[in-house]
Amino acid sequence: MANKLYPDAAAALDGLLFDGMTIMSGGFGLCGIPENLITALRASGVKGLTCISNNAGVDGFGLGLLLETRQIARMISSYVGENKEFERQYLAGELQLEFNPQGTLAERIRAGGAGIPGFYTKTGVGTLVADGKEHKDFNGETYILETGLVADLSIVKAWKADPHGNLVFRKTARNFNPMMATAGKVTVAEVEELVPAGSLDPDHIHTPGIFVQRLFVGTNYEKRIEQRTVRQKEQA
Amino acid sequence: MWTRDSQAARAAQELQDGFYVNLGIGMPTLVANFIPEGVDVTLQSENGMLGMGPFPFAGEEDPDLINAGKQTITELDRTSYFSSADSFAMIRGGHVDLSILGAMEVADNGDIANWMIPGKMVKGMGGAMDLVAGVKKIIVLMEHNAKDGSAKFKRACTLPLTGRQVVDMVISDLAVLARPAKGAPFKLIELAPGVDLETLKARTEGHFEV
Repeated sequence: MANKLYPDAAAALDGLLFDGMTIMSGGFGLCGIPENLITALRASGVKGLTCISNNAGVDGFGLGLLLETRQIARMISSYVGENKEFERQYLAGELQLEFNPQGTLAERIRAGGAGIPGFYTKTGVGTLVADGKEHKDFNGETYILETGLVADLSIVKAWKADPHGNLVFRKTARNFNPMMATAGKVTVAEVEELVPAGSLDPDHIHTPGIFVQRLFVGTNYEKRIEQRTVRQKEQA
Repeated sequence: MWTRDSQAARAAQELQDGFYVNLGIGMPTLVANFIPEGVDVTLQSENGMLGMGPFPFAGEEDPDLINAGKQTITELDRTSYFSSADSFAMIRGGHVDLSILGAMEVADNGDIANWMIPGKMVKGMGGAMDLVAGVKKIIVLMEHNAKDGSAKFKRACTLPLTGRQVVDMVISDLAVLARPAKGAPFKLIELAPGVDLETLKARTEGHFEV
């Protein structure tokens, strides 16, 4: 069996990085982001990155760490509202930005990973998103052509993995991670727990190991919460 | 006039037993507090959850369990989790019965604008364009007039659109306007307490039938 296990994020990224590359990074907000890999990308100094990620982190955490160091040249995202440094760089013309509707972004990644170069969707018809795109009618409704997305590298975060790279995600930390795992020329996964081969129920594996080339157990997970919201005991 | 809570409560009257529902961020979130007795609905959160429970008690927050507004949330005995691709298959594929959203402008042909003001920093459309394009019924909860007094239900949207001819019902602080089908004109369904037709007309730009 090919060894997919690496001791840490830096080792798992060794030999994969080059300036100007495209990287997909999993997560929704700060939930399910590959914290260790983002930190290692920052330390590597790789720059001119195109990052495909639903969001852009916050100031000082998540992809915000790579914005601070100006390593990101271009983002493809659906929502970037939580990041002041992002806003500053964008308004100063230092950062390119392509907005995709969230479902279109998810499907572009799913399609890219599945070898599908394009698909038609009704999302965005009649809006700025449709500008310059092929329109086509099916059954009396208008759709636009969107293209599949692939990346030089996908970095994803899972809950558990076995040494074969089979991944299990936890709750809403799954989000964009499974599709991104399929759409990277190389996919590196960081996980909270490595379990022995055979201990994951094969029926319960979310991402089969064929999509994961390298993996390691992450450390010091902060799992920052953006909007801590609670209810009072009395109210229930 | 209706308060925000009254608007949310009025929107909750549109929920039907068995509905799968996606609630937008802001005022639409309040609708979950007014689900009528005997009506069982399942809330979808587009970040990958079906069967969203209430906010957790203090100390029981789980950072791996958030809603689309990035708020901590809880699960129920019906809950399932899935990827963003599966989530938008539900939305785009027409499997979600109802979405309740906020808006900056709605036109009387059903156009909606709720994601971008030219000249201001644009945060992105998130899942809004997918929701209005794919969900079976779209209800907008909004103030009837903007802070400068201008009507938000207009002849035509002036802001960049989120979707074209997609809105089925508008519930504002003044009235409920709805249309029976895409392409049909909006009709006045209900006036908020203390609001008369003349007031509504004076504060509305878009066409509606009475």
